[in-house]
Amino acid sequence: MDALRGDSAPLLDVRNLVTQFVTDEGPVRVVNDVSFQINEGETLGLVGESGCGKSVTALSIMGLVPTPPGEIVSGEIYFQGQDLLRISGEDLRGIRGSQIAMVFQEPMTSLNPVLTIERQLAEPLRMHLGMTRGVAKSRACELLEMVGIPDPEDRLKDYPHRMSGGQRQRIMIAMALSCNPKLLIADEPTTALDVTIQAQVLELMMTLSKEFGTALLIITHNLGVVARFADRVNVMYSGKIREMGPADDIFDSPSHPYTIGLLNAIPRFDQGDRARLQMIKGEIPDPAHRPSGCSFNPRCPWAVDKCSVSEPSLAAVGPDHTSACWEAATVSKAQLPVAP
Amino acid sequence: MRENKIKSDATEGAAKTPPLMDIRNLKVYFPIKSGVLLGRTVGHIKAVDDVSLHINPGETLGLVGESGSGKTTLGRAALRLIEPTDGQVIFDGQELRDLSSQEMRQRRRELGFVFQDPYGSLNPRMTAGNMIGEPLKIHKLHSGKEDRRRQVGDLLETVGLSRSMADRYPHEFSGGQRQRIGVARALAAKPRFLVLDEPVSALDVSIQAQLINLLQDLQEEFNLTYLLIAHDLSVVRHISDRIAVMYLGKLVELSDYKALYDNPLHPYTQALLSAVPLPDRALERSRERIVLKGDIPSPRNPPTGCVFHTRCPIATDECRMTIPTMKEHAPNHYAACIKL
Repeated sequence: MDALRGDSAPLLDVRNLVTQFVTDEGPVRVVNDVSFQINEGETLGLVGESGCGKSVTALSIMGLVPTPPGEIVSGEIYFQGQDLLRISGEDLRGIRGSQIAMVFQEPMTSLNPVLTIERQLAEPLRMHLGMTRGVAKSRACELLEMVGIPDPEDRLKDYPHRMSGGQRQRIMIAMALSCNPKLLIADEPTTALDVTIQAQVLELMMTLSKEFGTALLIITHNLGVVARFADRVNVMYSGKIREMGPADDIFDSPSHPYTIGLLNAIPRFDQGDRARLQMIKGEIPDPAHRPSGCSFNPRCPWAVDKCSVSEPSLAAVGPDHTSACWEAATVSKAQLPVAP
Repeated sequence: MRENKIKSDATEGAAKTPPLMDIRNLKVYFPIKSGVLLGRTVGHIKAVDDVSLHINPGETLGLVGESGSGKTTLGRAALRLIEPTDGQVIFDGQELRDLSSQEMRQRRRELGFVFQDPYGSLNPRMTAGNMIGEPLKIHKLHSGKEDRRRQVGDLLETVGLSRSMADRYPHEFSGGQRQRIGVARALAAKPRFLVLDEPVSALDVSIQAQLINLLQDLQEEFNLTYLLIAHDLSVVRHISDRIAVMYLGKLVELSDYKALYDNPLHPYTQALLSAVPLPDRALERSRERIVLKGDIPSPRNPPTGCVFHTRCPIATDECRMTIPTMKEHAPNHYAACIKL
């Protein structure tokens, strides 16, 4: 579609994905008709606040939606031309870990506490790449060195509790990249880390994925992280992508009221004067009780009558840049505060 | 709006109005216990190690640092929620450490604390109204049930909630609303000084801005003095008049908010600022980045000399030996680094 560059097919092509969870109040579509692509080697930022469906989108791609209560209702997820939703569990396991890898938010809980670092690093190498124990061990050692863990030989024998949060997340990255995947999904990879460690881990992830030619899907609520690292950006709100485009366009000419609202709501220390923050009024809607029409309409300063009745879909506002807003033409001309 | 506060940005020596909170050479050490049944003290964690700072009436002092920096411990010790090991905590001219527990209880009415976690800090079995009304009961600030109910209703409205919400339980509120309840409770006894410990870091971006604006409005309306503890440098800059930076129990830099960001002196502050990704593409491309090597050392076993020397890009042998003290390098701009 719009994200196709040249004649090469996208690496990942998510089409009309609907993932729902059964709750006390009935089924809730947490991901509600989401389509996007990732090209080889590019970095896509998926931004949104809690409950917007960004993490469930990632879990759907990985085939890790807990079922029940979750369920992928419809859609297709093409990875290198193959629909991940329609292949066998065994084939999916073969792809997961070797072709598509994932780094989770919690470095504390995503490593197995009772296995040594060596066991955990060597397992995917032996499983996916068929390495022998000895070869896998020396490769594991190299990987630790690559992510900047001092004394890698000794640290292989350690258990995760001996590592700091930053080290654990670096080990997760080593593990994720160990089989040279085509796509790395990072779900809030640095949110649990301290600021200076965050910077280390993000820089490392970017450098390595460039080196390996890995495409990255970074899921985050942090617009700064997206501005620094992403080539393209998807902004999600309440189960749907509301704006999609090249990162430069999203930051320089945002065209959805929610994107503009987010950019205006964050305090920024690069701006000289401290103007009062322009807040987005109201609350993030509960996915079980979304407002009718565009679910952002009760919080939107641009909302017109039509917005509470009819749901807009993504429409072009520029080359490769789409926004799901009836008033997009007006909204995109709105002024963002400019740094002096 | 901030005129009166900029005037009160007085220096240590030439203070025109005495500070409301004056912390002098504060030390908070926690014993490290070891042996059978944890009986023997084998050392100390110096959570706060010889920190001096003051907060003027009506101003906001931002306290920044990463995990293990001691910022939360300092905030608690300032209210005597933790007993300091040594040093002075002088509130409104009175040394709090000299007060008996009964005198302290009376004094506590003037001191408030807002916690980070809007989920953990409210009692799930109490209604919002009872929680907000509790300080009124404790300090006998109401003349009967009716009056308490009226005051609770006023407080709810003050923080942007409706009176009718008094009968609801915490689970019926969103994260942002819960944090408002925490603020209302902290305000109930009409305090003069509030410690805000990461008040917005658990909230979504769009909700964060609402809380930040609320805290600023309340400060103006009730002439409050804030100690704002946070790791988000953008939030801190937005609210604070002066900012203190801590690293491993030590104060490393202190200045007015503008100078700290425009001209950070300490290498740690410089690295901290450069580590924050900003939501501006052009700026991100041109910014210089200082990525610190290594992890934050354990506070159990801090480095000798300057605690930052293990990660400092400009450290020399001298830094390993000499403990730097806070020196005034520009008017009202203090930093603890022997390389300056």
